[in-house]
Amino acid sequence: MNMTTTPAPPVSMIDPAVLPTGNGATLEARTVAAWFAEHQILDDISLAMPANSVTAIIGPSGCGKSTFLRVLNRMHELVPKSSLAGEVLLDGADVYGIGVRPAETRRHIGMVFQKPNPFPTMTIRENVLSGLKLAGIKNEGSNDDLVERCLDQAGLWREVKDRLGSAGGALSGGQQQRLCIARALAVSPRVLLMDEPCSALDPTSTLRIEETIRDIVGSVTIVIVTHNMQQAARVSDYTAFFLGDEGRPGTVVEFGPTSELFTAPNDPRTEDYINGRFG
Amino acid sequence: MLVAVTTLPDGVAAPVRRRIVASPTRADRAFQALVIGAAWSVLAILGLIFLFLFMEAWPALHQAGWSFLVRFQWFPDLTPPVFGVAALLVGTLVIALVALAIALPVAVGSALYVNEYAPRWLARPLVTMIDLLAAIPSLIYGMWGLYWLSPRLNGTSRWLTDHLGFIPIFHTSRRVFGSSMFVCGIVVALMILPIIASVTREVFAQVPRTTCEGALALGGTRWGMVRRVILPFGRSGMVGAAMLGLGRALGETIAVALILSINFQITPHILEPGGGSVAAHIANQFPEAGLAGRKALVAAGLVLFVVTLIVNMVARVVVNRSRSSRGLVD
Amino acid sequence: MTVTTVPSPNPASLPTPTRRRPQAITPAEGVRIAGVAGVAVILTALVFLATPLSGAFGSVVFAFAAFVALEVVDVSLRLDPQAAKDRTATILITGSAGVALVPLGFIVWYVVSKGIGGMHPGFFTKTLEEVGPLDPASAGGAEHAIIGSVEQVGLASLIATPLGILTAVYLSEYPGRLTRVVRFFVDSMSGIPSVVAGLFIYTLWVVRLEKGFSGLAAAMALSVLMLPTVARTAEEMLKLVPDGLRESSLALGAPKWRTVTSIVLPTARSGLITAGILGVARIAGETAPLLMTAFGTDSVNVNPTKGAQSSLPLFVYQRVRNAVPSQVARGWAGALVLILLVLTLFTVARLFGRVRKAA
Repeated sequence: MNMTTTPAPPVSMIDPAVLPTGNGATLEARTVAAWFAEHQILDDISLAMPANSVTAIIGPSGCGKSTFLRVLNRMHELVPKSSLAGEVLLDGADVYGIGVRPAETRRHIGMVFQKPNPFPTMTIRENVLSGLKLAGIKNEGSNDDLVERCLDQAGLWREVKDRLGSAGGALSGGQQQRLCIARALAVSPRVLLMDEPCSALDPTSTLRIEETIRDIVGSVTIVIVTHNMQQAARVSDYTAFFLGDEGRPGTVVEFGPTSELFTAPNDPRTEDYINGRFG
Repeated sequence: MLVAVTTLPDGVAAPVRRRIVASPTRADRAFQALVIGAAWSVLAILGLIFLFLFMEAWPALHQAGWSFLVRFQWFPDLTPPVFGVAALLVGTLVIALVALAIALPVAVGSALYVNEYAPRWLARPLVTMIDLLAAIPSLIYGMWGLYWLSPRLNGTSRWLTDHLGFIPIFHTSRRVFGSSMFVCGIVVALMILPIIASVTREVFAQVPRTTCEGALALGGTRWGMVRRVILPFGRSGMVGAAMLGLGRALGETIAVALILSINFQITPHILEPGGGSVAAHIANQFPEAGLAGRKALVAAGLVLFVVTLIVNMVARVVVNRSRSSRGLVD
Repeated sequence: MTVTTVPSPNPASLPTPTRRRPQAITPAEGVRIAGVAGVAVILTALVFLATPLSGAFGSVVFAFAAFVALEVVDVSLRLDPQAAKDRTATILITGSAGVALVPLGFIVWYVVSKGIGGMHPGFFTKTLEEVGPLDPASAGGAEHAIIGSVEQVGLASLIATPLGILTAVYLSEYPGRLTRVVRFFVDSMSGIPSVVAGLFIYTLWVVRLEKGFSGLAAAMALSVLMLPTVARTAEEMLKLVPDGLRESSLALGAPKWRTVTSIVLPTARSGLITAGILGVARIAGETAPLLMTAFGTDSVNVNPTKGAQSSLPLFVYQRVRNAVPSQVARGWAGALVLILLVLTLFTVARLFGRVRKAA
């Protein structure tokens, strides 16, 4: 079976030129640290994730990758007794600034989770539109167009266009995850965070998600946490290597363009990790 | 472009934790207020129950003074009124203890059966059936106890008094049976069985499976595992469950009101007709009571409320502690 | 892919293996148990013929006790002490599960057999208004009581279900130190005697506010009893909603209240219905609080806000307290309706709960 397909030519009626391109924003973390109660998870993380690019975060389990992602869109504070230090700047504005509402930040910085979780009480169509309703946003154009555009961007339109009214839970795991991506895109986020989006999926579905990531990066900045170094190499423009061992909080060991980091790492620990010597 | 980020050099202060300011929207605040209001209404209701019962009962309590707790008779309409809950309280306790003595072993046994002995296909229907016992109205238990169970227990009662009559509780002076605290105790036992069974089942289910299998793998019998692992582990949970059952038994009203013929005597002879129960007495007397009588009944209700609330709270503390000590805070 | 199979050494000499069930009771063991049971039955028959002991119920109890005793003697003669103890415990524990269930059958059977006689079509369409003490059981009915029950239980649900679900939302969605306090009091509240709830509304509504006896007063007393059941069941149901759904909703930029109302509550819908039904089942048969709130009457009172009202449990209770046989027969007919109603509610609640888990 030939799985290295080139991206399918868009069959949608929508002119791709209408897609908002360059909508992605630069996201910058400055000296970020994070705690759960008195347990420090992250220490002194400074990263600039350039607009309209894919930044991959790799590192062994427990180094705080997911926590970092959740700090970026203020999901971290949902955990009781959590706290943090530093700043997160979305196009220069601190998302933790006084008067900034977490809901507003999360609308601009969307998130796709490890386990696909479409809302079980909603149809496919309703799932895509759920963000508008949940965030209380008025859609300027037609909802039909929005559903088609988002599903198309997520590479799901052709598969589901005839059953938009059926339950989201009836899709396969990979399709569900792409539905979740479409759902996240519908509120036009400027950054999309992906927390190991493929770890619950089979290899074929994984490749489809990776294609989707490359397709949408023109319109949104992507930060992806992954365990899979091949995946990081395939999809990302920049890679950050996180490490936190023996109960010490996680820090960034190295950050740079993916091609350089994988071929000529500066730090021996990075080299050990990407060559599979630990983790 | 390669940026290596290192940790802060010495002399640079550790990162300062920020207070996360999450100013909720007005709608969020309103919703939270609504939800909290609903939740605290529960506490408000408990407080109001005490307040209103107390206000209504105060004249009667004030008149009767401490004699309310030690007097046997119930003549609130006399001048001066003469009434007290002593006989009723003792009777309530006797019925509850009889019920507990019957229900506890059966409930623990059936909990063990469901968790450890029953085949898989039987366990779930069995739990449903035991829960169903809790769904049957008290009224129907009372009718069944009065018409069906009571006459059928006469033979058993006679046998008990004939052969075990030297034990005070089984003694009878007139060899008349039925409508007794014994019958009430059995009926109430059925009613409190489900709650004891479900709490103990839950506690037993928290015994780590590996510990149980460890006991079996060492060559222990199943009973050995139950006795050495499960029962010691679940002991405080069983105590709490028994107290929850006790709380229910103390407050049981209509079934006891139908079965028991209340006679305002403190008697240890549970097989004879007679005895007392606070709740049943309130239900019996209320429709016919005069104004003073109703105030006196509210006073009795106040005593019942305070006693059952205390028993229930202590029971919950015991059950919750047995849960959290396993690191399983609900 | 090729699969290499290992050729079996000598196919003819190996019979297909028979399935063994290590836990099953062997036929020999079955025969032995049946034998012990037979001896117990014979012994019971002899004892009941030779002594003044009598009655079907007594004989069943005696036979069961005899069976347990004989089993214990039998196993302790044949097995070592450890194994004998194990067997004895197994018998007693299994027996206690049986003891817990037997009364359920007796009760349902007895109510059905007693109630079916007093049942007639007029039971649902007539009242007791013009029924004299000498009229047969077929005269009059419980129409007024059924109307009262429907109104009282309906109103109680209208009060307790929203309040209970909101309490459950607090307990499950706003965890914290205070939540534990509230949960503790909700649990404690579930143990207050029903008669106390009745006295509470009597003192508050009937006496202090001088509203008099009414169906509404009864509904308020019932809602006090219903609230903890609904709140705690609903809380368990809300906890079944995966956290991922809440996070997804928040990550889309939803405020908390919208996450709860648009995602959490709809996802738990069938569970919340179960909670409501269990609450209704809890109060449908309550009698004691109605004595001091609805008070009871023999005629139809459609208005729940004013004047005494009857209800099915109250109707049954007041018939049964009466010594006249025709009245008692009406009471049993009412009890039959009541038990069928409660069993139906209970079953429906279970079915809803099951659908929820399957989805």
